Amino acid sequence: MQLPAKMIHSLFLVNSSGDIFLEKHWKSVVSRSVCDYFFEAQERASEPENVPPVIPTPHHYLISVLRHRIYFVAVIQSEVPPLFVIEFLHRVVDTFQDYFGVCTEAAIKDNVVVVYELLEEMLDNGFPLATESNILKELIKPPTILRTVVNTITGSTNVGEQLPTGQLSVVPWRRTGVKYTNNEAYFDVVEEIDAIIDKSGSTITAEIQGVIDACVKLTGMPDLTLSFMNPRLLDDVSFHPCVRFKRWEAERILSFIPPDGNFRLLSYHVSCQNLVAIPVYVKHNITFREGSSQGRFELTLGPKQTMGKGLEAVLISSQLPRGVLNTNLNPSQGTYNFDPVTKLLSWDVGKINPQKLPSLKGSMSLQAGASKPDENPTINIQFKIQQSALSGLKVNRLDMYGEKYKPFKGIKYMTKAGKFQVRT
Amino acid sequence: VQNSDVGYFENCRCVVFYEQPPPACAVRSQKRSNCEPMIARGKNASDLFPAVVKNVACKNIEVKKLVYVYLVRYAEEQQDLALLSISTFQRGLKDPNQLIRASALRVLSSIRVTIIVPIMMLAIKEAASDMSPYVRKTAAHAIPKLYSLDPEQKDCLIEVIEKLLADKTTLVAGSVVMAFEEVCPERIDLIHKNYRKLCNLLIDVEEWGQVVIINMLTRYARTQFLNPNMNEDKEEKEKKKTEATAIVKRKPYVMDPDHRLLLRNTKPLLQSRNAAVVMAVAQLYFHLAPKAEVGVIAKALVRLMRSHSEVQYVVLQNVATMSIKRRGMFEPYLKSFYIRSTDPTQIKVLKLEVLTNLANETNISTILREFQTYIKSNDKDFVAATIQAIGRCATNIGEVRDTCLNGLVQLLSNRDELVVAESVVVIKKLLQMQPEQHSDIIKHMAKLTDNIQVPMARASILWLIGEYCEHVPKIAPDVLRKMAKTFTNEEDIVKLQIINLAAKLYLTNSKQTKLLTQYVLNLAKYDQNYDIRDRARFIRQLIVPTDKSGALSKYAKKLFLALKPAPVLESPFKDRDHFQLGSLSHLLNAKAGGYQVLPDWPEAAPDPSVRNVEVKESVRAVETVTKKSKPRIGSSESESEEDDDSESESSESEEEESEEESEEETKKKKKVGNERLENTRTTDIHTHTHSERRNTHILNCDSQPNTIASVQVFDTICKPAWLYMQFLLNPPLPVSVPQTIIPSGNLKTYELLHRITGEGLSVEYCFSRQPFSPDPHMVAVKIQFTNSATSEAKSLHVEDAKLQSGMRIKEFPEIEVLPAGETISVVMGIDFCDSTQAANFQLCTHTRKFFVSIQPPVGELMMPIFMTENEFKKEQGQLMGMNEITEKLTLEEKCQGEHAVVQRVTTAANLSRVPCGSDKECRFAGKTVTSGSLVLVSVVTKEDGAAQLTVNCEKMVIGTMLVKDIHQALTQ
Repeated sequence: MQLPAKMIHSLFLVNSSGDIFLEKHWKSVVSRSVCDYFFEAQERASEPENVPPVIPTPHHYLISVLRHRIYFVAVIQSEVPPLFVIEFLHRVVDTFQDYFGVCTEAAIKDNVVVVYELLEEMLDNGFPLATESNILKELIKPPTILRTVVNTITGSTNVGEQLPTGQLSVVPWRRTGVKYTNNEAYFDVVEEIDAIIDKSGSTITAEIQGVIDACVKLTGMPDLTLSFMNPRLLDDVSFHPCVRFKRWEAERILSFIPPDGNFRLLSYHVSCQNLVAIPVYVKHNITFREGSSQGRFELTLGPKQTMGKGLEAVLISSQLPRGVLNTNLNPSQGTYNFDPVTKLLSWDVGKINPQKLPSLKGSMSLQAGASKPDENPTINIQFKIQQSALSGLKVNRLDMYGEKYKPFKGIKYMTKAGKFQVRT
Repeated sequence: VQNSDVGYFENCRCVVFYEQPPPACAVRSQKRSNCEPMIARGKNASDLFPAVVKNVACKNIEVKKLVYVYLVRYAEEQQDLALLSISTFQRGLKDPNQLIRASALRVLSSIRVTIIVPIMMLAIKEAASDMSPYVRKTAAHAIPKLYSLDPEQKDCLIEVIEKLLADKTTLVAGSVVMAFEEVCPERIDLIHKNYRKLCNLLIDVEEWGQVVIINMLTRYARTQFLNPNMNEDKEEKEKKKTEATAIVKRKPYVMDPDHRLLLRNTKPLLQSRNAAVVMAVAQLYFHLAPKAEVGVIAKALVRLMRSHSEVQYVVLQNVATMSIKRRGMFEPYLKSFYIRSTDPTQIKVLKLEVLTNLANETNISTILREFQTYIKSNDKDFVAATIQAIGRCATNIGEVRDTCLNGLVQLLSNRDELVVAESVVVIKKLLQMQPEQHSDIIKHMAKLTDNIQVPMARASILWLIGEYCEHVPKIAPDVLRKMAKTFTNEEDIVKLQIINLAAKLYLTNSKQTKLLTQYVLNLAKYDQNYDIRDRARFIRQLIVPTDKSGALSKYAKKLFLALKPAPVLESPFKDRDHFQLGSLSHLLNAKAGGYQVLPDWPEAAPDPSVRNVEVKESVRAVETVTKKSKPRIGSSESESEEDDDSESESSESEEEESEEESEEETKKKKKVGNERLENTRTTDIHTHTHSERRNTHILNCDSQPNTIASVQVFDTICKPAWLYMQFLLNPPLPVSVPQTIIPSGNLKTYELLHRITGEGLSVEYCFSRQPFSPDPHMVAVKIQFTNSATSEAKSLHVEDAKLQSGMRIKEFPEIEVLPAGETISVVMGIDFCDSTQAANFQLCTHTRKFFVSIQPPVGELMMPIFMTENEFKKEQGQLMGMNEITEKLTLEEKCQGEHAVVQRVTTAANLSRVPCGSDKECRFAGKTVTSGSLVLVSVVTKEDGAAQLTVNCEKMVIGTMLVKDIHQALTQ
């Protein structure tokens, strides 16, 4: 008698052309024909993102995530929290990315041995076992060019010679016996602003999401504390498991023994209740006239409330209505591109010079006889502001305990546009 | 290696290992043949089995690992050969290295060969009592594997699970609960003894284990505790019943401390980076928390919406269900659900659902404005969903019905037919609610029949005209005429509605439409679709009077023109919450295999004492208990704070402890007693046997807020030992253990509301001197209501507190009913900010409000702490000068003698006695509740009743007032 086994049964990797290029089973083998249900759903969906993440089939359930244009399809047989599986699949992708730099079909195929070894360690009988990158790296060394060469010559392998101790440790996220000649700890405070601006330029909703990514290369078992000048700004936070929660609750200080290498220390949210300064404005005039085959398109960008910092890497994209055949536009700076098939307009503006505001003006030619489109296009904006966190969050100090040496410390701030849309 | 060719992967089913000629440079390669994995082209690699299996003894770890993978995959097919490898694993199980023991067990248990079941069972049993927690964890992982291989082993496996559930390490907890869920989820009784431990360990368990434990505990709590919202739910039900039903006598709800423990210990996990953990906590709160507390999860769920779109999809599904039942919770986050043009359609539709659920009178105008922009979208599926949403808002909120209707009517002139069709369908539903006022809209829609082609929309229009033909008497027959013309080309649902329209017109206006109806019915009679033929025949019999027509035709009008109830537009997520949220079954709205039904709350709570943990009378046991699993103290809510940073320290010490148990014990005993432990977080209690050190302090506690709690624990657990040692040191010491020693009868009660002013309700209060559990910075005030009136008092609660700045009140839960002649006590917390200012508030009943105030005597603003003599002296030395107040006094006659002094001082102020070598001096220590400033009191007695009172306190005002109070207590 076969009882329904819980958790993840099998994993299929499907590329954008719909081929299964890798499969792994943790229990008995599930035929790949189960993926046919997935392909059906894929066909029904108009866009790749519209494939439902959970698909029921007569005997199994398929839970999938789409990342880097690869679908990771997990097969499960019975009740399991869907987020459990989704979160795990994302963790797998993160691990691949961490190991191979990119997570593409080619990278996975080139490193198929490591991929198998990783998947074997990450799940035991379908239940997550070792998902911390520090433990995994102890078990299976990431491939590097040098190591590949050495391995070919000497016949040695990339499986660690020593037995991993991380899983036994009280700080499972940190490997033991770390040694560096240069001890350094760098923190990046990156904020993304999400906003919807309406036709008249007023803000409908705006919020700031921030993360603190760390790159810590310190010898031994350092115990760090990081304090903020204005911790009250943080409306909602989520931590890496290494952060001591009670200490944060009581003193608003981040106290932690860091994992070795790169990790995300903290994600936070600054809510829309606080007024968010919008760093950019758009003046637009997009008109279609009934019966005419021409439309006008005018766009001007300018900085606003940027605290003296310049706007960089500005990129405008907009999905024009289907009726637009082509555009004849003239950018005052940067380059623009219109794809007549997908109707996607993109304008790479670059840096904004406040003295000479960038603009994009010209005309659109419309399909003859077609009626005027209902909707004006939405404009998506991307930008970066270096050396400033929009919310005003400031790190006060970073201290290290438990080790004697003096580390190099550094903190960098950056603001980016997240989902920043202007309705016209 | 050999994977450059995509073709390799075409039909692959397996990983294959094959013997590779050893590389030239590898010297030792003959002995340890080097295996490399490859993907074969659809070729089954099982014929290589013998060659591979012999490599299992190989020393190279990678080879070993790959052989393991291969073994596990093919063992089922090649059982005999697989057995060859078993001895290697059996040897591995005895290896001195715990990692090797663990991995041997892991592979052994993965080999799916029935013959080795007994070997596996033995190995699991042995590993379950292994010294290393990591091996025990692996044993827990192996349990479900063996169970799926041979379910007959269930009973034996349950024994192992029971044993592992008792394990105190975080490493094991997650895995064993996982095994429990797979093997015996129905054996909820196994959890009782481990419940508190699991709650306390939770925060340190790895994230995947947390999800499993939280889901299991949710189910557990549903079987063991009472519904915290039961009074509200009951009220709702009662309202529905007739007034005549006798009002059931309800007990006020008191939450089981274990229930509270679970809620409190899961809350921090809302801050987890793992979406699955956050969702698990959210569903726990949704299913278990009192209504007022569920709100905390909203923020975390909204945060998850920033994550990957798959996560967003699942979270939105759950938010949609929650927002129906607890709308208020997500209202502040309304804007987070606004839709962006770049969202995938499935996300857009879900967000729309949530927005619709959140709509109410106050926010509807903003929501409708948002909807207006959505209607212009290019994504037509989304537009259709928006129109549906507008319809639902219009039905739910009467005020905006006309606005919505007008908006939808404007959409009828939209260029896109799908939009128009969807609008027609929705308008039809809305018009059904109040057709009289909208005949012009019906006229407008009648005109649309010329252009609109979507069958559903045409059918809706025809139905509308038929139903309300009296409002449009001129147009209706004309529409029928046009329809009769095109009848043969219409879709089936339209045809059916044409027949309906004809029948209704025939009944109301037979003069004009008789012929038309006959014509339509004739056409229908020869239709290809038998439904239509059938309908035509039926209707003809019913409405056209013939000699043969039966009794029914008399009622034709009633049948066709009956008043039809307006449709209710409901959310598809309504009532989905009978599935446990966050589960696969909830998402699919269908029961998935292996889904454990979330049980309903019990009517009466099962015996809570099953969760009590027996405590051995040894020092070691005390230590572990204080740290990990709290015993319950009497009926009061045990509030022993978990040691904070247990992430590292506690689990570390745990592990060490289990391994070198006896050794450590002796070491600890040898430790010099006077040392104050630097590790201030853990509440270690050091006891030193009398023989080792006389006359030293007994307790070594820090001054953290958790002191009281830990002392309480200590007090209950090992009272005999404690008293014994007290006796040795200081024979007749009456007041040594604070709070609990003072019997509640001795507490001074004050009047809050007199019987006469309160119209029969009298209220008294006293300072219970118990720590106030929800907030340690508050003073617990016990309030006793007595209803001496003849009628019952209802809904007693606190309102409108007028407080000095900084002061806070934690109100007691509302008392639903206080029957006549009965008495009830509740506890509320007040943070007086270390001042004797009164807290003013209103005490409300269902009819009246009374202004009352509570003013604390200075002695109640502090709580006792334990100190050693040395510490006392040291602290006193630091609080000299302005902070020290000394007063000479003459003791009252009755008050001479140590016993009396101690009693009077501790009655006047909530302080605890500090051991003292001299019998001429009594010392007391405490700290203020809010700021935790030390309060030290010493009374030195001299001859003839003369005495000197010294108070040292950082807060001079407190000190001065305290001197006055104690002075009064000792001299009167």
